[in-house]
Amino acid sequence: MTATQWRRRVFKPAVWIACLAPLAYLIYSLYLDLGVNPIETVTNFTGITTLRLIMITLAITPLRWLTGINQLVNYRRLIGLFAFFYGSLHFITYVVTTFIVDGQFDTKGLWADLATRPYITAGFTAFVLMIPLVITSTAGWIRRLGGKRWNLLHRLIYITAMAAVLHYYWKVSVKLPPVNPRNYAILVAALLGFRLWRHFAKRRASEV
Amino acid sequence: MLIKKAADIRESEVTPKELFLRRREFIAAAGVTAAAVATNGFGVLSDEGDVAAQNPNAQKFSDLKKSEFSTDEKLNSYKDVTTYNNFYEFGLDKGDPAQYAKALRPRPWSVVVEGQCGKPGTYNIEDIMKWAPIEERIYRMRCVEAWSMVIPWNGYPMSAFLKRFEPTSKAKFVEFKTLVDQKQMPGQTEPALQWPYTEGLRMDEAMHPLTLVGLGLYGEVMPNQNGAPIRLVVPWKYGFKGIKSIVRVRFVENEPLNTWKQQQSSEYGFYANVNPQVDHPRWSQGSERRLGEFFRRKTLMFNGYADQVQSLYAGMDLRKNY
Repeated sequence: MTATQWRRRVFKPAVWIACLAPLAYLIYSLYLDLGVNPIETVTNFTGITTLRLIMITLAITPLRWLTGINQLVNYRRLIGLFAFFYGSLHFITYVVTTFIVDGQFDTKGLWADLATRPYITAGFTAFVLMIPLVITSTAGWIRRLGGKRWNLLHRLIYITAMAAVLHYYWKVSVKLPPVNPRNYAILVAALLGFRLWRHFAKRRASEV
Repeated sequence: MLIKKAADIRESEVTPKELFLRRREFIAAAGVTAAAVATNGFGVLSDEGDVAAQNPNAQKFSDLKKSEFSTDEKLNSYKDVTTYNNFYEFGLDKGDPAQYAKALRPRPWSVVVEGQCGKPGTYNIEDIMKWAPIEERIYRMRCVEAWSMVIPWNGYPMSAFLKRFEPTSKAKFVEFKTLVDQKQMPGQTEPALQWPYTEGLRMDEAMHPLTLVGLGLYGEVMPNQNGAPIRLVVPWKYGFKGIKSIVRVRFVENEPLNTWKQQQSSEYGFYANVNPQVDHPRWSQGSERRLGEFFRRKTLMFNGYADQVQSLYAGMDLRKNY
């Protein structure tokens, strides 16, 4: 097989399966045992999956630099779109199961939550900033914007990643030491810090 | 030095335990069942009202007295009530108490009574259980985390319990404490909260006819994970007021410092009355998820017991005294 065939027949389907696996896992687990609070299960699981996929998309560029395997970038868009997919499931679950109260949609309650609760505001920010990235993820939009501007726009994912970790951190902090969110915070710091370090290292190299 | 601390949302919580335990089976079955899952996966999210079998070995109550205070709302299943618990003495996950509370030995058990009362002393649980006829009280239980259940408690009025000890005029409050024993309560090896768990009520709240000494549920003696052998049930307050596995009762002059207030006083107060108008700083208390239901329902003032209890708080600013 040629490199293209490998990509089309093996790697791409493998990424699809890997990205759909969490969903299958969730559905199957609810099928085995619904548990007492399935909505909580779905909310937590889709949230953490979104965060993990965001981390993976952010890890691709540093991995390229470290390994020299430039083909990795071919899978970044797909993984990013799946991050948005799980983020949408997370957001929809939250809205539908929180704000339909006694059969009526509580619009005021939704706005109040988005505007006044820091962890919700952070989560919503992370989600909303993914929308322009999804829209401009096509080859046509890359052409239309030009590589430079497109790259600049897609740095929004940095803000999404930071806001998503804050969302998780604020959700679970206060009452107990938030170890898991802290680990994600360290991961984001490392992934973004690596870019920053490389940026300056390159500049210094070009000055010499 | 690496100091390990417990996470709030653990991996086990985001990865359903049932599935984790059956992961090999899952891998094998994944392909075969994909189609079945696709058709069943969302259907099962609907309301499921089965009342699972009770614990066949548990001691049962006979001749339970019915109560006019009981609600006729649909009960949560025995499984709901006994497998979804906040009882940090056994771990932080909702499923931990059901799994680890086997280590608790609710017999023999005694309760130490002290403070401003005429009859302090140590009282045996077997005697305590005979002090008044055991009733069935079907109450709503509203957790501060915005979920709720309907639970058929068994017990008798707290007033019948407390009057035995002849509280003096100086007894303005009553304080309760949970057992501390790392062998029986493995969660206490971690400083998730400051042990012993402590709760308190104003005397008039404690003497209110709705306030219950919880000795069982679903017609059997209290399951360990629900606070065996003796606990507090105060249906118009958030669930954390319902202190479990009580070993100490003290009559005091001043307001006791309860555990969650001590932990985070900006979020949890002494009164902890269910109040849809006073939000938790991080979430709304205006609505709640009744476990088993998909959508939320409005939270009622004093959890729907306003007619019975609002006079207790006449003239009080409930925003300040949350």
